[in-house]
Amino acid sequence: MGVVNHLPTRRELLVGSGALFAWSQMPRIARAEGRDPRLLVIVLRGALDGLGAVAPVGDPDWISLRGDRALVLDGKPPVLPLDAFFALNPAMPNLHRLYKSGKAAIIHATATPYRERSHFDGQDVLESGLVKPGMTSSGWLNRALLALESGGPVDPRGSRALGIGSVTPLVVRGSAPVMTWVPQRLLPASEDTQNRLLDLYQHTDPKLASVLQARMRLASLGGAPGVGDPMSDDPTLAPPGIARVRAYFAEAAGTAARYLAKPDGPRVGAMGFVGWDTHIAEGAASGQLYNLLGALDGAFAAIESNMGEAWRETVVAVVTEFGRTARINGTQGTDHGTGTVAFLIGGGLSGGRVIADWPGLKPAQLFEDRDLKPTTDLRAVLKGLLRDHLRVEEKVLAETVFPGSADVKPMGGLVG
Amino acid sequence: MSSSAKAEAVIALHRFGMGPRPGSIAALGTDPRGALIAELDRPLVLNAAASLPSSAKAYRTVADANARRAARAKQAQQQAKKQQVAATPTMSEDQTQGQGADKDAAEMAAKQAADAIPDPGRPIYLQEAKVRTEAALSADIGFAERLVWFWSNHFCVSANKIRSMSGAYEREAVRANALGRFVDLLLAVEGHPAMLFYLDNLGSMGANSIAGINRSRGLNENIAREIMELHTLGVRTGYTQDDVISFANVLTGWTLVPPGDNPEHGGEFTFNPRLHEPGGQTVLGKRYEQEDVEQGRAVLRDLAANPATATHVATKLARHFVADEPPPVLIEQMAKTFRDTEGDLKQVAIAMVSSDEAWREPTSKLKRPSEWGVGVVRATGITTVDPVRFTGGLELLGEALWRPSAPKGYPDDEASWIDGVGRRLDIANNFAESVAATADPQAIIEDVFGSEIAPEVKQAVGRAESRQQALALLFMSADFQRR
Repeated sequence: MGVVNHLPTRRELLVGSGALFAWSQMPRIARAEGRDPRLLVIVLRGALDGLGAVAPVGDPDWISLRGDRALVLDGKPPVLPLDAFFALNPAMPNLHRLYKSGKAAIIHATATPYRERSHFDGQDVLESGLVKPGMTSSGWLNRALLALESGGPVDPRGSRALGIGSVTPLVVRGSAPVMTWVPQRLLPASEDTQNRLLDLYQHTDPKLASVLQARMRLASLGGAPGVGDPMSDDPTLAPPGIARVRAYFAEAAGTAARYLAKPDGPRVGAMGFVGWDTHIAEGAASGQLYNLLGALDGAFAAIESNMGEAWRETVVAVVTEFGRTARINGTQGTDHGTGTVAFLIGGGLSGGRVIADWPGLKPAQLFEDRDLKPTTDLRAVLKGLLRDHLRVEEKVLAETVFPGSADVKPMGGLVG
Repeated sequence: MSSSAKAEAVIALHRFGMGPRPGSIAALGTDPRGALIAELDRPLVLNAAASLPSSAKAYRTVADANARRAARAKQAQQQAKKQQVAATPTMSEDQTQGQGADKDAAEMAAKQAADAIPDPGRPIYLQEAKVRTEAALSADIGFAERLVWFWSNHFCVSANKIRSMSGAYEREAVRANALGRFVDLLLAVEGHPAMLFYLDNLGSMGANSIAGINRSRGLNENIAREIMELHTLGVRTGYTQDDVISFANVLTGWTLVPPGDNPEHGGEFTFNPRLHEPGGQTVLGKRYEQEDVEQGRAVLRDLAANPATATHVATKLARHFVADEPPPVLIEQMAKTFRDTEGDLKQVAIAMVSSDEAWREPTSKLKRPSEWGVGVVRATGITTVDPVRFTGGLELLGEALWRPSAPKGYPDDEASWIDGVGRRLDIANNFAESVAATADPQAIIEDVFGSEIAPEVKQAVGRAESRQQALALLFMSADFQRR
């Protein structure tokens, strides 16, 4: 062999670099700067109703748009004011607190470049970072990590991405190695899935329908004695399944935070939460959406506390594939729409703001007379975070991470 | 491929096979019936079977572990007692209590020592489950595999009692004869140590046998009754309690070689004349004068040839494959084939799929959990399983592999399974989550079902909020659960 040293393979380095070399897993430049940033992406699958989450209570057309389902300042319960124009869903006191202390920002009337109404394709565009669905099997967060590696600012030995859940979200899939963690808790089929299945059975198989109906009735009785209609709007009659959903969200997000907080742990991660497709009985003020937002708010608390010291260098981006219709539909829900909100939280954030180029809610101001018109390209937000938080070069962002996005300028000033 | 050929291929795969796999509908071509029949000509071998122990070997392995375990336990117990004696030089006031505690400690030490030797039965069971399930997952159609499953359930044993042997039993006795003659299948299963063990015949002895004269134990009627009631004639077909007793006497001596006595053949079938009731016996009006194992074989041959058996078997087969209430015409066609061919099971299966009646029934049968589970996995193109998860899933759904609660086996009617559909949703949801990254619900509808699926299902899948939800809805659809 002579004097030629054996060059360790990438795999050996991954296996071999244990706690002893933990320092080597931190980005070089970041270390030089004394920074060690973390980025967690949470994908809300099913398309979040941005107007049900963050209500434009100052818009003169708001009440007429949503009628008695509109969130209002003197509602029951009252919404949580953010500024003179926007107010937060009452299910999210943690987010409100973070916002007030400048550690949360909300982007409104935002969307990816996708303008159709398929969940699958919408999620594909959101997570792949491309303008059209189905064109790649890697996600923008993974490619961002890879770009950091090859560009040098991050030591390749440590650059793993974290995927939470038995399905690794597309956004972190790709050539950079991904470590995954699957929550112990099994998330039951969501209320929404059960309702859809029941609907399907009612059209195709009455016997299976009656069995499923009996199960759903039993579940609602078993979880909370005396509770009647699980679709009720009374929050004290929240379906018992939501307790499991809350626990699942908190466990999954809390665990992600613990991994990201480790000195030798991964620095970027992603996870998905399901259940946001609220066609029927959306219940923004008290009901399905209210419960889910509450569970998400609980997940925020779990992240904040489990991040520990690392919280101050953390940014969490909560995104969804598209929004929902501006108006309430015939079954007290909303259908697939376009513009929505994104939440940013974290100790590293320069927040306390709702960032929106508000399009208005008059029929002519809506997208296709249906949806909140998107005025902020979500890629601008994500590129801003990647550039200023992880220090990915702008050119790489435009060409590799979000290909073809040169004209979408990174949003500045998000992290401080 | 015409849409009617496609529709018939879908029925062929669901009703008679293990469910469609990617490309399987096209592979069936224009003659699904012919394809089903052609599959019966291929040898029913398990590729991975060579790596599995025979039932006798499995039995010896477990017996050996049990013996070592007992020895280890005894040793530990004695040691614990010795130590206690040494540590208690004088008697104390609370002597009784102290002794009780000592006894507990000794027992605990014994148990711990025994537990240190793991039970080899579980890994054998899991390996058998894996090989069997993967055969079903990778079969082209799976008609022949379904017949193995059917006969295995018809002649069930329970792994609760004989875990290590249950897979080997199926391979050795059932699989080897599932497409042969019923009489050979019957002789193989009733003479298999697993069945003799399961239905309590190992120690059954005639009152006048050499062993019986000296012992208080005696005859066990269990296997004789179940053979007539469940395996051959069917319940209430004219046999009497006297027939059961006579037949039980006929079967005395059917046992296995004790593993301790014979390291080479322990666990294999043997006829032990010392247990056998001497003399002739009358079963169903016929006298059997043979003096040995041939007496039992003769009765079994006659039971196999009894017309009631033909009807019983034909009815069960038709109920399993075609409908909870199968068309009488179909049953009669199959029973007639059984009688005409002296119980040629391949011909009976061919008679079933050749009958228009078997194809005309609406797809109203609810798949059993095992059929549904394998069908769901097949649809994703996956051909390997984690046996711990798979058997665990089946257990949750109420159809634990090789572990029915009674010799009757698992039932075939909708009423027995429909209440478990809610549980299927949990399983479907979790499986959907685990495959959502690779399984495309639209592709399954197109490639696997050839679009032969209810438009409502297509719509629900298209509108689902995630791939996971789409897959869960698809797996739970009536198109996936009924056949």
